[in-house]
Amino acid sequence: MTLDSMDKQLLNIIQSNLPIDPEPYRKLAEILGTTEEDILGRLKRLIEKGVIRRLGAIFDSRKVGYCGTLCAMKVPEDRIEEVVAVVNSFPGVTHNYLRDHPYNIWFTLLVESQVELENILQEIKKRTGISDMLNLPASRIFKILVNFDLGEDDDA
Amino acid sequence: MMLSQKDIEIIRALQEGLPLVSRPFQVLAQKVGLSEEELLNKVREFVKQGIIRRFGAAVRHQDLGYISNAMVVWEVPEEKIEEIGRLMASFDEISHCYQRPSRPPEWPYNLFTVIHGQTRDECEKIAARLSRASGITSYRLLFSLAEFKKSSMKYFMEK
Repeated sequence: MTLDSMDKQLLNIIQSNLPIDPEPYRKLAEILGTTEEDILGRLKRLIEKGVIRRLGAIFDSRKVGYCGTLCAMKVPEDRIEEVVAVVNSFPGVTHNYLRDHPYNIWFTLLVESQVELENILQEIKKRTGISDMLNLPASRIFKILVNFDLGEDDDA
Repeated sequence: MMLSQKDIEIIRALQEGLPLVSRPFQVLAQKVGLSEEELLNKVREFVKQGIIRRFGAAVRHQDLGYISNAMVVWEVPEEKIEEIGRLMASFDEISHCYQRPSRPPEWPYNLFTVIHGQTRDECEKIAARLSRASGITSYRLLFSLAEFKKSSMKYFMEK
């Protein structure tokens, strides 16, 4: 979709901060010199078009008490579709990319406990028959630039 | 940090997104049995505690002119990881920098970064510059060829 200059300014502001205020949209309208109605219309459209994936609270998975990891699998070319369907069937899988490496399927997994995490990885291996999997949980985070929603915003 | 049952209810309500009405917090507050003011204070408290990493919009960056992103993975000697991790994190082109375990011999890389550029070529140049700056010469760029899933996590959903 095409974004006009007001859309871009609006996105710029709300990527960092949405006012935590009884009337956040009126506040935004004041900042941008327009009406609350205009802001609400723009947000509705940006959400419908998928430009905005979520509006409001973005949680820190660890502080919420969840365990996360990044996994990579070596999947033969002709099995990618089928394996991806198995992996994506778990709701804790938030992101899944094909990358140009022998470890070609990369997904993030977020779950309530370490036990559940291990169980899901075992289940994926069992159902796909692919055991060549790297489980790479972050041991330290040096940087997450939140404005870049690469997916690792609610990160693993 | 222990979350109360009430906190969990609030998280469930907030993750459905801020409603597009004049008084969105009032709508959410009613759902969880709080006043608008109480919910606003709770949101501020969550932000302060870092439970809410950010109160804003999650935007798909592809729509905003960033064409290419690459995961760049680095093989860093264990004793240098802190220094190199901080150095990488200081570069504007890097949005994410994590330490993860290496799994030699298949996977020798232990520092993961995400870089952004307008083209593949630009990403490669950025990576080369980071390599020179850090002295880490064993690295690889992994470009994403397809996106199979990208969703916002829903916490504490009934199973």
